[in-house]
Amino acid sequence: MSTLYLRRRLANRAMVVLSTLATAFGLFWLGWIMLTTLTNGFAAISAKLFTQMTPPPGSDGGLLNAFVGSIVMVGIAVVVGTPIGVLAGTFLAEFHRRSRLGSTIRFINDILLSAPSIVVGLFVYELVVRPIGHFSGWAGGLALSIILLPVVVRTTDEMLQLLPSNLREAAFSLGIPKWKVVTAVLYRAASAGLLTGVLLAVARISGETAPLLFTALNNQYWSSSPNGPLANVPVVIFQFAMSPYASWHSLAWAGALMVTLFVLGLAIVSRAILNRGKVSQ
Amino acid sequence: MNTNPAVPRMQPPVRRLRQRWLSDATADKVFGTLSAGAGYLVLGLLSATALSMLWGGRQAFSTFGWHFFTSTDWDPVTKRFGALVPIYGTVVSSTIAIVIAVPISLGIAIFLTEIAPRWLRTPIGTAIELLAAIPSIIYGMWGLFVFVPFMSTHIQPWLIDHLGPVPLIGGMFQGAPIGIGMLTAGIILAVMIVPFISAVMRDVFAAVPQGLKDGCIAMGSTTWEVIRHVVVPYTRSAVIGAVFLGLGRALGETMAVTFVLGNAHDLKLSLLEPGNSIAAALANEFTEADSDIYLSALIALGFVLFLVTLVTLTIAKLLLLTVDQRAARAG
Repeated sequence: MSTLYLRRRLANRAMVVLSTLATAFGLFWLGWIMLTTLTNGFAAISAKLFTQMTPPPGSDGGLLNAFVGSIVMVGIAVVVGTPIGVLAGTFLAEFHRRSRLGSTIRFINDILLSAPSIVVGLFVYELVVRPIGHFSGWAGGLALSIILLPVVVRTTDEMLQLLPSNLREAAFSLGIPKWKVVTAVLYRAASAGLLTGVLLAVARISGETAPLLFTALNNQYWSSSPNGPLANVPVVIFQFAMSPYASWHSLAWAGALMVTLFVLGLAIVSRAILNRGKVSQ
Repeated sequence: MNTNPAVPRMQPPVRRLRQRWLSDATADKVFGTLSAGAGYLVLGLLSATALSMLWGGRQAFSTFGWHFFTSTDWDPVTKRFGALVPIYGTVVSSTIAIVIAVPISLGIAIFLTEIAPRWLRTPIGTAIELLAAIPSIIYGMWGLFVFVPFMSTHIQPWLIDHLGPVPLIGGMFQGAPIGIGMLTAGIILAVMIVPFISAVMRDVFAAVPQGLKDGCIAMGSTTWEVIRHVVVPYTRSAVIGAVFLGLGRALGETMAVTFVLGNAHDLKLSLLEPGNSIAAALANEFTEADSDIYLSALIALGFVLFLVTLVTLTIAKLLLLTVDQRAARAG
């Protein structure tokens, strides 16, 4: 009896220790990565980063063109992807909440959500770059918008479903047409959630590298026009980190730090918005 | 209620109401069509992606046929391409990642739902979720500049000395300790997918009805016994779903492994030799592809990757659905 008891206690203790160790182990690696990025990144940051172009090998420079290119492409992605994503989410939540079509689209959307981003790059390459004949910022923005789309669809769908049905019934009972109920009542009530979805999606696409390799490529020179190849932070990080030059390495670290801070900042902000919404309900 | 005589009494806007009603019906139709269009666009996106890659890879598929999947050739000069080495690399590096990541993620999920004091659950959970948001290129850079030197000076010499001579598995741990290779890539992938898997598992564990757990505790069970006899059986298929979700991520991950795989097109048993994966081959060689057949072979590789991840993610989704349905029935 007492040995059984002891064995059960020991098994329990062993499990507690093992899972605590697993957590510590997981956090250790992640802490190591953050620490490396922060120390190397901050060491490489200077005012030149934001005022100069990407340099040729061996000389000084900054990442100004890459920052601008990234902003342009993320902007294109948001402008293209958000309306489509919100509309598709509305279609799911307000028109096909329980239908078979709705659950099929949800299923496909969830697969798109975790599909490899490099594949999206290939898709846009076949769709846009090859017919046009050259890499362009438009293609990069389009690739990013395809990655942004499922995130927005999913959050819009979820946020609209969370809204109490009284809200719709009250609005409909006033004789308001559906399009107005959705745009003026539901979107407004779910605005914090919809914004969170877009912010999360922007966080996701602003570090994407693989799809841009096949679409926007890179540009060593100043360009803010999406008609040609466009410099962007992730691809610059990739190319500079793979190079043998120390000055390029430190620029890559600076870029990596900026991307990490931006992404984490967005994640924290969107969390704060969502939590505030929860408290006020 | 017009009490101010200065303001003339308004005529009821009969005509305007009629017009509004008509335009509202049209507007409703337009809105419905627009949102249906967006919905069908999402529906078609997946097959459009698959078809575009099948189209792009048609030249490689028709030139090499089934031989494409069994050949280890990869020679841009003689224009002979086979997918076996990248496919092998993708499978091996993802397998290493899953073998390492699953026990750790399980531990983290158990810790977060059953063991940690309440005040600690939210901060650690949030930290792990935030780390899942870090772009993969950061993991890749860390791998190249920090982890590869660490592997080549500390881990790989030990493995070569101690596991290299062991029969059967020894062949996997031979070679020079250069740091890059399948094992390094697998470990970095594992670090990357741990946040994903543990976050999903935590949500799944948290969905177990408290009543079931309370019942087990009332019978005198230890925490471990509650986990073993209630939590795990209740969530088994969803836990496997979470693993497949992580596998789907590992298979398609590009930037984290491209830096550390070495881009070598040889089939090697040793995990310490440079290798390749589908995603890494694409990232490294796409812009260098100088012939149509080269490009077509790369896109065909992308198609293979897409199919494999599609199957993996579908399995994951179906397994995860079972817990949602049970929770819906119980709740």
